[in-house]
Order: sequence, then C-alpha cells, then structure tokens
Amino acid sequence: MSVEVTEAPLREVRGPSALGGGPRRFFDLLWLISVTEFKRVYFGTVLGYIWSLVRPLMLFGVLLFVFTKIFRIGSQVPNYPVLLLQGIVLFTFFQETTLNSVTSVVTQEGVVRKTQFPRLVIPLAVVLTAAFNLFLNLIVVFAFILAWGVDPTWTWLLFPVALAALFVFTGAVSMILSVLYVRYRDVAIIWTVIAQVLFYGTPVLYPIEIVPASYQHLIFINPLAPIFEQIRVWVLDPNALTATEVVGGAAGLIPAALIYIGVCIFAVWIFNRDAPRIAEEL
Amino acid sequence: MPTTATAIEVEGLRKSFRIPTHRVDSLKERIVRPFSARDYRELRALDGISFKIRKGEFFGIVGRNGSGKSTLLKLLASIYRADAGTIRMAGRLAPFIELGVGFNLELTARENVVLNGVMMGLAPQEARDRLDAVLEFAELGEFVDLKLKNYSSGMLVRLAFALMMEVDADVLLIDEVLAVGDAAFQQKCSDAFRGMKAQGKTVVLVTHDMKTVEEFCHRALLIDGGHIQHEGDPDEVGRRYLRLNFERGSEVGAGAPGQASDDVRLLDAWVEDDEGARLTNIEHGKSIHLRVEVEARRDLAGIGLGFILANADGVGVFQFGAGVSKEGSSELAAGDRVKVSADVENLLAPGRYFVHTGVNRVGGGGVALYVHNSVDFVVYGGEAQSRGIVALPYSAKAVVEGAKHS
Repeated sequence: MSVEVTEAPLREVRGPSALGGGPRRFFDLLWLISVTEFKRVYFGTVLGYIWSLVRPLMLFGVLLFVFTKIFRIGSQVPNYPVLLLQGIVLFTFFQETTLNSVTSVVTQEGVVRKTQFPRLVIPLAVVLTAAFNLFLNLIVVFAFILAWGVDPTWTWLLFPVALAALFVFTGAVSMILSVLYVRYRDVAIIWTVIAQVLFYGTPVLYPIEIVPASYQHLIFINPLAPIFEQIRVWVLDPNALTATEVVGGAAGLIPAALIYIGVCIFAVWIFNRDAPRIAEEL
Repeated sequence: MPTTATAIEVEGLRKSFRIPTHRVDSLKERIVRPFSARDYRELRALDGISFKIRKGEFFGIVGRNGSGKSTLLKLLASIYRADAGTIRMAGRLAPFIELGVGFNLELTARENVVLNGVMMGLAPQEARDRLDAVLEFAELGEFVDLKLKNYSSGMLVRLAFALMMEVDADVLLIDEVLAVGDAAFQQKCSDAFRGMKAQGKTVVLVTHDMKTVEEFCHRALLIDGGHIQHEGDPDEVGRRYLRLNFERGSEVGAGAPGQASDDVRLLDAWVEDDEGARLTNIEHGKSIHLRVEVEARRDLAGIGLGFILANADGVGVFQFGAGVSKEGSSELAAGDRVKVSADVENLLAPGRYFVHTGVNRVGGGGVALYVHNSVDFVVYGGEAQSRGIVALPYSAKAVVEGAKHS
C-alpha cells in the first residue's frame, strides 16, 4: 500500500449555517434544485403548468366581472382588465411563494437533520422555482397587454427593476417565515391572514386614485404598494400617478422603504441566527 | 492502511441540548408572554471529547443509546454546531450519515444522482460525468429515467450506496449503514468496505454492532455519558462496550425472586464467581456458578429442578437439571428450603443469556413452578468467537494432499 506524500490540509469544520459548504455549492444546489423542481412541474405533468396559469386566470375572470359589471370601477380606469391581470399574476406570485415557503424547511426535515445542507437553499429554491413560473406567466400577461392595444414604451425596460424589488422582498419574507415555522407552528395560520390583508392593502383590485387621500398614505406603508403602482406607470399607463405622486413626494415613501429594508435585514439576521440550530429544533 | 497524516482532529468538543421544561411552540404564546418558559433543562450530550483519526483509517464509534455517539457524528457532519471545541478535517467529506436521505422520490434516478452528487460536494458537471459509473455499480442502468417512487426499496438502497461509493469523498461518515438491506446487500456493503479500506479512504463508522467494528475497524472509540471511555484496539472496545452495556439497569434476576405457585416459591437466583461474589458479567472461559433457592409452600412428595439456558434471541442453548434429596428421602415439608448449586463450563459465545427455571413435582405430578428469565447475565471476551451461539473447543487442520489424477 503506497503512502501518499501530498496531504490535504486540515480545515476547521464550523458546523451548519445558512450558506454551509461555500458559496459555489450553495448556488449550484439552489439552481439545480429550482430547475429540477420547475422541470418536474412543467414537463412532468401537463396539468402542472396549466394549473398554475389557470388559477390566476380564473381569479382574474371572476374579479373582472365583479369590478366591471357589478361595481363598475373598471370602466372609469384606462386599461383596467390588463391592470387587474398583471396585478393578480404578480400578487399570486408573492402570495403563493410565501405560503409555500412557510413549511419548506420543516418539509425537508430529512435533508436538514441528516445531511450537511445549506439551509438557505430551501426557502430560496421555493422562490426561484416560483420565479421561473412567473416568467412564463408574464409572457402570457404581456401577450394580453399587447393584444389589448397598449403600446410598448421605453419604460418597459424599467419593469425588471420593479420585479427585482418584488423578488428580494418575497425572498426575505420567505426566509423569515420558513425559519419561524420551525419553532412556531401557528405562523402558517397567521401568515394566511396577513397575506389576505396584504392583497387588499395593495392596489391590485382597485387603482390607487379612487382611494380617499387619507387612506392612500396608509396603503403606501405596505412596501408592495409602491412597487405595484410603479409597475402600472411603467408598463400600462404613463399618465397614472407615480408612487411618489401618490404620497406627495419622495419623503412619503420613507415608511415603506424602512419596512422593506427592515424586513430584509431581519430576514438575514434571523436566518443566520437560527440556521445552525434548525436540525436540533426539528 | 492508515498513514501518519491526520484526517480528522477533534479537540475539547462539547455539546449540550436545551430541553425546555415548557415548550413554547406558538408565536401567539411567545408574544403574549414573551418572558415565560425561558427555563430549560440542560442535557449534556458531549463533554470534552478529543481524538484524532489518521488518514486511511477505519474508525469505529460505539456507545449505548444516548451515549452521545450520534451527536458526535452529527457534529462531524456539520449538522449540529458545537458549543465549544474544534473539529478540523482534511479533504472532502461526504455529508451523508444515512443512505438515500437526500433522494427526492418525485425525481428520476438521473436527476437524483446529479442533485445528490452536488450535495456531496461535486460540481454539477462532475456529477453528470459520474452518472454512468453510479448506475453501473447499482446495476440500474435501464431505470435511469424512472422516478424513484417507482423503485423498490432494494433498488433505492443500491442506488444510494453506489452514489456514496462513486462520489469519491475523502472522508465518509456512516451511521448504522449495515443495518439496512437484505443479506445479499449486506454482503455487498462488506465488500465495498473492504474496497474502501484498500483504497485508503478514511471512514468513521457509528454502530451498535461489535462484529462490524471488530471486522473492519483499525481503531475504535467507546463513548458513554458524553465522555470517552476507551480509545484504541477494536476488540478491547468491543469487550468494554459489552460489559458497559449490561452493567447498569439489568439487575441479576430482577423481578424473578418471590415468584411462587401454590407448591413452591423461588426465593432467589443469581450467578457468582469462583469466590462467591454475585456477577452480572462473566468472561468467556470462566465457569458459570448458578445458585438458586426455592422454598416448599406445602408438603410435597419431592421436586426436581430444571434449567434452560437461552441466548438473547430466545434460542435454548443448553438444558440441565437437579433432583432433590433430603437425608435419604426426597419428601419436603412446608417451609423446607432447597438450595441449588450448578456449575456450568462457559463455552458460550459473547452475548446476553437468560436462565429459565422450572420446578417439577416428582412422580409425574407436572410443573409446580416455571419462572421465565429467573437470572440473566452477559458473557464477554473469547478469542474471535463472535459468530455462532457457542464457542466449542476444537481442533482443526488442513492438509494439502496434492493433485489426484484419475
């Protein structure tokens, strides 16, 4: 038996963490898991993808009927159907991703308790998989928008910026929920309620200008509200109120920005704090 | 073959778990009473563990349930974080302590192999390159695009094991791997272990099974109560483990004395050494001195005692008996006591044994009393006689007679 002369150096084992095992492995795993999961749903079953499109479309159909035929808000707003469709698709992404991520870490119990697995991959893979799905849905949405007769403008190029802001926020919320659920099982119920409140607290069903002025400020504390409003301006209606115009100047956006940043910082902090002990808590 | 280089170095490792006396598991409760239930019990799983494993070594970690051995493995695998102390490791570790734990049953074998390869530290392309080798080892080439949920459990285990072999990690951590699968698979595991041994892999094996440790390990570690009890020779670790395992919590003849029928009562039963001290563990080769006391509860024409020595699997290994004689007559009056001294040559293989005691009425009167497990004891030691239920004295030789031409 030959004895090797060249030896690997001893490196310290630091235990589990959010990123565990180096950034390369982290991103490899995140990408691989998301792509495989997406492929499974998209190619594995015909209904898989169609279902994920049918749900927002059905919701859209019902709401369109209610708000144009019964409440007649829609008829006063330019491009209301496509505004509604776009808002529903984007909000469905946020809502379903965060709801799915709540139980994600606990569902992956085997991997967490029995392998050295970068914990952060689990909720973020949920977000990334949903993002792939969203891209497909957005193709459909933009086909509708063009068919509706909205002309493309150069501000369409800004849409990805708003989308990125939505992704980051969704990711941060998912991180918080997935790690809190390990210890507090009522998080799932609580979040279902909050997500519902956020749906009505974001200008999806209604355009912001029909909301009484005093409540506009309240709605714009919700970080999703300015993002959705800005997407409306950039993609559908250059004449609509921009986010800053709604709250009367950039200063009015400070509460929403603080909450947005606060949520992101809190997400990183709590995930880093709890990641090493997830295996023990399960 | 172990080299001189160190593969794993553990120093002063400590780990304790907090066990809340009252668990707060809802956010509502935490918010309503933010400072309640902060009190918890501290369970010290590992208390200052230090050891070194050399590169190319097969290293066994043994201990009873709750001794801290699995905690140690999980710390090595970066599943738990240590409270204090350092672990340093050379080379790439396969971070799987159980076969097939990373498998997603909804995915195909191809996808799972790539995914798990990456989990074990390969780059995605490397993992794809090794797909064929893995499938070949597992003999599952034709099922590459079948979802794992359609695999049989045997196929799953084969795939998992093949994957572990083919990812080529420098250090492997294995927890009770041989406990799974059928005999053929266990044989394959054994062969693969020998292969790894020959390739100079460093393997840390956590197990209950002393046979595995004695067969494969260069060195072993016995841990108990979070401390290292012994480190070194696997045979010695095996002996100490066996002794430790039955020392506590299993009193001799526990529950047996006092059992009675209308005819007789079993007063006491125990095993003692040559000097008459009561024992729970007997070294292989040292005589077993069985002592039993019974009391007649009414006048009896006579009794005979029979004993069955059974091993842990319930197999009767040996049976023997003793008739009672009392000053020429075998009649017993109520209150008479009978003392039995039986000496049995200890040819038993290491393990746990039970003595069942039966009292018969003389003259076809049937069974007066039967006590299951009236005494139990542990046999340890013995030279490499770990297989079989007894270790009989033998002589054997093999002679070459040359080729016969017919």
